[in-house]
Amino acid sequence: MKILLVDDEIELISALAERLSFRGIDADWTDNGDQAIELARENDYEVAVLDVKMPGMSGLELREHLKAIKPEMRFVFLSGHGSEQDFREGSAKASSYLIKPINIDELIERVKNA
Amino acid sequence: MKSITEMLKPRFWSTDDEVLGTNRWFQNYRRVWAIAVALLSAVALIPLLFVSSMDYRATRNAIMSENLLRTTRTTSNTRRTVSYFLEERRAALALITRTVPEAELRNPNHLREILGGLKAAFGGYTDLGLVDENGRQVTYVGPYALQGKDYSDQPWFRETMDLGSYVSSVFLGYRDLPHFVLAVRFTLDDKPAILRATIDISRFQELLTDLTLSGDGDAFIVNTEGILQTPSRLHGDVLEIMNLPVPERASRTQSDVVRSSEGEPLITGYAYVEGTPFIVMIVKRQAMLMESVNKASERILWITGLSGVVILLVILGVATFMVGRIYDADQTRIKAMRDMEHANRMASIGRLAAGVAHEINNPLAIINEKAGLLRDLFTFRDEYKGDDRLVGMVDSIINSVERCGTITKRLLGFARQVDTYMAPLNLPGVVREVLSFVQKEAEYRSIDVQVILEDEIPSVVSDRGKVQQIFLNLVTNAFHAMEDGGSLDITIRRTNDDMVELMFSDDGCGIAPENMERIFEPFFSTRKQTSGTGLGLSITYGLVNELGGEMDVASELGTGTTFIIRLPIGSEAN
Repeated sequence: MKILLVDDEIELISALAERLSFRGIDADWTDNGDQAIELARENDYEVAVLDVKMPGMSGLELREHLKAIKPEMRFVFLSGHGSEQDFREGSAKASSYLIKPINIDELIERVKNA
Repeated sequence: MKSITEMLKPRFWSTDDEVLGTNRWFQNYRRVWAIAVALLSAVALIPLLFVSSMDYRATRNAIMSENLLRTTRTTSNTRRTVSYFLEERRAALALITRTVPEAELRNPNHLREILGGLKAAFGGYTDLGLVDENGRQVTYVGPYALQGKDYSDQPWFRETMDLGSYVSSVFLGYRDLPHFVLAVRFTLDDKPAILRATIDISRFQELLTDLTLSGDGDAFIVNTEGILQTPSRLHGDVLEIMNLPVPERASRTQSDVVRSSEGEPLITGYAYVEGTPFIVMIVKRQAMLMESVNKASERILWITGLSGVVILLVILGVATFMVGRIYDADQTRIKAMRDMEHANRMASIGRLAAGVAHEINNPLAIINEKAGLLRDLFTFRDEYKGDDRLVGMVDSIINSVERCGTITKRLLGFARQVDTYMAPLNLPGVVREVLSFVQKEAEYRSIDVQVILEDEIPSVVSDRGKVQQIFLNLVTNAFHAMEDGGSLDITIRRTNDDMVELMFSDDGCGIAPENMERIFEPFFSTRKQTSGTGLGLSITYGLVNELGGEMDVASELGTGTTFIIRLPIGSEAN
């Protein structure tokens, strides 16, 4: 299983990617939307785990871009900063939504069920 | 049972400063009430009393002047009668002097015949005498031996000679009967002479006693020295000194109020009879004449009193009602202000809490992932296989982070409206569902949980998850407050058409009064040392508000606490 992790906190996302790899999930990560779009073009990801609030492109905007490239891609959202509005939009459309700090097992479960 | 005073006492009466508390700018209702009553009473009652007293005075004056007028008229008529009586007798004497020949007047036998004629025609004549110009009585017929008596030095002789006629005051004469003297001057043998007669007062008296007088009236004649000339019923007998002051000389009939020696007011009419020493007096008792005044004043008093009482009652009622309305409005305002204050405080604390939670969540997430990675390295990589102590420490970090995460998630939950899904709920069902979560604990601690349904509970349109959370929070809260073996009663009932009320009553430790105000505040907990985050009740409060409900608490330290939740029944359309 190959997934894409996007969060502006490099420390967080890199550690998360490494931990997922221990559990047999191949995870690429990046700290910005532009690079995420590039990675999505080059690779086939089943699921994208996106931070809702990021500088520049937000997780919700990024989802629209990624959907345009890979319509079958599914999404899990992370939030530590999420405003009420983000949250409503996310919970309405995203397949899953988690609030930081997250439990790794819960994340894997959401990713698999996404 | 309430006493009557308790029932009549308006709601605002016992409001003291303590209840008003910080809202001291609100009125002192009792003072406002008192001022309103005083002003309204003054405005309404003073004119009433003024008009009543004017009416009383007018009535009194009218009756008084009517009485005076009537007395004046009677007195005047009586004086005329008395005058006429005297004039008649004087005229009889004058007629004799003109028609009887001189020789016959000097002859006692003839004079006796004349006296008999006078007695028969007029009555009251006692004797008759002829006095010559020197004052000597030349002829006399009557019961005394007055023949030849010299009157020259007597005042009446001089007066009759000067003025032509004379009427004396009454004196005690023949057989101790009161008499008066009537004398006329005429010419005899070209010289002045006087015909003199003594008249008893019995006929005179009849003139007065025949009068019918109101007010226990008394009619009599007094002379200018105040000696009674006819007997009076109340003011002395004949020839006694009258016990009233002698009225001043006046040419016309007068009437006035005079006080008797006992101080009783008397309406007195009097008239001087011209050419005589007589004063005709009519004396009536004012108290008896003014009885109608008393009746009128009694009526005025009743009307005034009754109107006053009615006005006062209406004023009291209106003032009480108006001040009651002001009080109610103020109370509503105070409550609204308190609610708003509370809501504002909740909201600002919520925003602060959410801000803090957001800020902490990201570094917390990093700690979480780094510690997770450390643990993973110890677990999955052989070269990092650490000892159990290191793994234990990392687990401890991860557990602590998880605890922090729970807190921040709760804070976010407190601040943010989680999506609400409204659906019809069977509240007793939801309560039982929630109780199943704590069934094990209840059994273990032998806590008795009762669900009491007072009415048929309609289904309530609300959010299942939130309602569950509210119930769960309250049940766990109650469990924390209770000792083992306690009991929790959950009463569900319909309060009115659009509310369902749930009461969670425990017999636990209760809430201290000083904490009552703060229990809904976030982070306020009395269980700080153990497991409390201090968010449970504030979240519950927030959720109840979100669902359009109300939350109340009643508690007594050591006896137990009741949380009351009221949820709107709502409709699916909403």
